[in-house]
Amino acid sequence: MTQVLKVLAGRILGAMRDLAPIIVVIAFFQIVVLQQPFPNLGDALIGLLCVVLGLALFIHGLESGLFPLGEAIAQAFTKKSSVVALLSFAFCLGFGATVAEPALIAIAAEAAEIVALAGHIENVESVREAYALNLRIVVALSVGTAVVIGVVRILKGWPIHVMIISGYVIVTVLTFFSAPEIIGIAYDSGGVTTSTITVPLLTALGVGLATSIKGRNPMVDGFGLIAFACLAPMIFILLYGMIA
Amino acid sequence: MEFLFELAKSFGSTLRDVVPIVLVLVVFQLLVLRQKLPRLKQIITGFALVVIGLSLFLVGLNDALFPIGETMAAQLTASNVATTEEQVRWMDYMVVYAFAAAIGFATTIAEPPLIAVALKAQSASGGAISAWGLRLAVATGVAIGVSLGCFRIVTGTPLQWYIMASYVIVMIQTVFASRTIMPLAYDSGGVTTSTVTVPVVAALGLGLASNVPGRSPLIDGFGLIAFASVFPIMTVLSYSLIISKLGKGKTPPAKGDH
Repeated sequence: MTQVLKVLAGRILGAMRDLAPIIVVIAFFQIVVLQQPFPNLGDALIGLLCVVLGLALFIHGLESGLFPLGEAIAQAFTKKSSVVALLSFAFCLGFGATVAEPALIAIAAEAAEIVALAGHIENVESVREAYALNLRIVVALSVGTAVVIGVVRILKGWPIHVMIISGYVIVTVLTFFSAPEIIGIAYDSGGVTTSTITVPLLTALGVGLATSIKGRNPMVDGFGLIAFACLAPMIFILLYGMIA
Repeated sequence: MEFLFELAKSFGSTLRDVVPIVLVLVVFQLLVLRQKLPRLKQIITGFALVVIGLSLFLVGLNDALFPIGETMAAQLTASNVATTEEQVRWMDYMVVYAFAAAIGFATTIAEPPLIAVALKAQSASGGAISAWGLRLAVATGVAIGVSLGCFRIVTGTPLQWYIMASYVIVMIQTVFASRTIMPLAYDSGGVTTSTVTVPVVAALGLGLASNVPGRSPLIDGFGLIAFASVFPIMTVLSYSLIISKLGKGKTPPAKGDH
């Protein structure tokens, strides 16, 4: 029992340290720059308590649950040595994690609104909704494909910089042919599609694969899945904006 | 009572977010892998803690942080505006740039996915890359990026110029970077912008674009996330260059190098 309390106390201290910069910044600008008192200080303190406790539990669950899970799955697939099974898993994980992502739902709705205002599609709710839904599916497919490409890279040991820079070149070329309204949304989408639970899982999977496959290095080959998952939506939203 | 209701709502939305992932995991485990996973009980407990922790975290952010952050962003962007003047002077917005850098840095330090990747990087590199060093490097990148992004909104210059110039810098840095840091650096672009950073930074961008004369929130309000995703790649590549130049960074385990 004391062991559990000790671990929990350590996690809470760590979470407080992680959150200290935000509190300092907000307090400084509120008191020194804006020179205003805090609104609803009581509510804010309760909220802060939740944030600290939540972060502590999350980090603990991460190290005891998500990381071992990602590694165990990577090992199980390596033992099974079926590339088709591994790649279909990679695709489903990328697609499943993205299609219901709240940030993506928000950004797809915004994109539909902007495109409708610019007159590229009819400004009717049903048309906008269809546009947003298609966009979400396109992005989820693109993330699934990106994770597959990323896993193939780990298996083959391809150099990542060649692939990422080719991706940048594609984005650059597509930008020249895109409507200005869609560019901002497309660029932003890269950052928001990878969620808090997907990131640790993908990272553990990549590092786990690179560790259990002979001849692969966890640092050189294990990281990079997130990078692919971020680049693909940018490319596909630009393409989608051109075609639809 | 209202608080409990909010907590339940947040728990529900986190759960909905997790369901597709759990579904994929369970289906593959039952139909394809069909092997006993080691430490299964611990993994399930850990997964439950992640969901509970994340729900609490989000409720707290919604209660405490986001209202204050959004009000501040609105007040700061509105306070020193030359409302009717046609000429927008970018110098007038110094406080906004400073706030953007400070809040970008602070929210990134607390970003859960970044903590996860940093912990993994520290263990995978055998300690050659420190988790805190990486997080500070990424946070510095976000600070520079968001601040420059605000400058872009104020001046109204096209987003793609900045992003493409950043790509060129990343490409040049890639030539000189060590192969062990590259994948991690590219990854750090995507993990920075998540639960904590996106809402605050998006509010800042939209507030700025609606308050600066001649800017439209629809066209100019976007792009801050893109800045916050590219600049950490540069700062992480620079960080690795600095630690290797200082000679402090022990060479990461090079087993299986090719």
